[in-house]
Amino acid sequence: MTTRAATGPGLDITAIRKEFPILSQQINGHPLVYFDNAATTQKPGQVIKALTDYYSGYNANIHRGIHTLAEKATKGFEETRVAAQHFLGAREKEEIIFVRGVTEAINLVARAMGSRLLKKGDEILISGLEHHSNIVPWQMIAEEVGASIQVIPVSENGELDLSALDTLLSRKTKMVTVNHASNSLGTINDIETIIDKAHEVGALVMIDGAQAAAHIDIDVQKLDCDFYCISGHKMYGPTGVGVLYGKREHLEQMPPYMGGGEMIREVTFKKTTYNDIPYKFEAGTPNIADVIALNEAFRFISRISKDSIRRHEAQLLDYAARQLTRLKGVRLVGTAREKVSVQSFLVDGVHPFDVGQLLDARGIAVRTGHHCTQPLMEHFGIEGTVRASFAVYNTQEEIDAMIEGISRIKGFLQ
Amino acid sequence: MSTDETQREIIDEFSLLDGDREMSVMYLMELGQKLPALTDEHRTDVNLVKGCQSKVWLATTLKNGHVYFSADSNTAVTKGLVSLLIRIFNGHLPQEILGADLFFVKEIGMDRFVGTQRTNGFAAMIDRMKKEAEVLKSNAGVRA
Repeated sequence: MTTRAATGPGLDITAIRKEFPILSQQINGHPLVYFDNAATTQKPGQVIKALTDYYSGYNANIHRGIHTLAEKATKGFEETRVAAQHFLGAREKEEIIFVRGVTEAINLVARAMGSRLLKKGDEILISGLEHHSNIVPWQMIAEEVGASIQVIPVSENGELDLSALDTLLSRKTKMVTVNHASNSLGTINDIETIIDKAHEVGALVMIDGAQAAAHIDIDVQKLDCDFYCISGHKMYGPTGVGVLYGKREHLEQMPPYMGGGEMIREVTFKKTTYNDIPYKFEAGTPNIADVIALNEAFRFISRISKDSIRRHEAQLLDYAARQLTRLKGVRLVGTAREKVSVQSFLVDGVHPFDVGQLLDARGIAVRTGHHCTQPLMEHFGIEGTVRASFAVYNTQEEIDAMIEGISRIKGFLQ
Repeated sequence: MSTDETQREIIDEFSLLDGDREMSVMYLMELGQKLPALTDEHRTDVNLVKGCQSKVWLATTLKNGHVYFSADSNTAVTKGLVSLLIRIFNGHLPQEILGADLFFVKEIGMDRFVGTQRTNGFAAMIDRMKKEAEVLKSNAGVRA
């Protein structure tokens, strides 16, 4: 990359790019431009190294071993728990549960909390911006107990219409579950207001932080949410690992989600007593390697600082939106005032799949389709969008390459 | 022209593009644009090819024992893909379509420039066309 790329707000983007080995490759004869970060981010060397160090140096099953390797693995695993506690601003490390990702976290809460909390006639409030993973688990439990799903509507620019909260929330509302930021449109939701209003009617609140974790400072105590979850792979960490935060009072009264090893205190054929939190929810051998490497993702983010990441990405987002708008026949989808670095758009007369295919031919990775938010796409009367999402290692030059690619497509197909 | 001859013609055309991915995709789209439009009466759910991520409608007619397909899609690349099959199959007897070995797919390296998902969709199109030919063949047998 050229010098312009390196003149971010205090960040040396050229140096940061060098930390991501995957970025230096050519795709279809062009330098890789990776704009699919909302799906998964790339991984810095320190995360990759943590994985290989673990497997080549101290792979062992954790918690019950007394040998040296088991000690070392357990220490690394539990250190990540403390790091996650600090990353999310949780009061105690016992409030941190390791899961596979946000999808599992939501399923865990819907199942374990939902079965305890919900009864016939109760309501679960979600939003029109939700990913299928924050819709379907709630539909499943709602159907089982006879509860119903209510939806916070979405305005034209892709913001939630919070004026509807007063009519949507009632004593029947037992659970409110919304994302911190939308994966399709990037909208940052005013979760503070949602949490406060939900608590006023006695509902619990779960926040899906999948799209927020790499961009926005999170303080679960300040937010006062009941549950918050993140996925490691969307914040420079490995796949298959995520974190569920829950307030101790809720986690303690929730029944276990899965049975097995680790989650028990004592097992007899007559009765089993369960372990304390967090282990009650961590049945079986966990994803030790990825949990340990997740700590390096926390370290990477804290070294660069979320504030710097956010400022750099905001510049990219603003630049991309302006450049896209200048192209005739390109329409932005999702223009909320507060956004993470996600820009969805449509090219008139060209299907998103075709845009994606042609951009890929030029080495540019974007996502196309409904982004697992079919109800939202239906709301806008579209089948899907092209989505470019930016991370700390992206540059303006890369956006220029995408704009040039789209210009060619327009010239060819329109 | 036999189905093999048409396939060799397609292979020659794509070989001019020298494996350039962007050119290949654009050429495919261009071929799709030339495909005659499908009338609204044929854009039915029955005519939708199952197994494609894009929407593909396929209509089949028989003229003097020869099969003629017409098709449309909501995406340009897919329209290009189906246009290749129409070019190879149209005007042939059902048994010729059933017996055709589609060697051009591998020869032009289609999976390299359209990806696995679309290659799967493409297989679904071929499957559907062969099934249509099978039905026409057995119908003809009944009439005879």
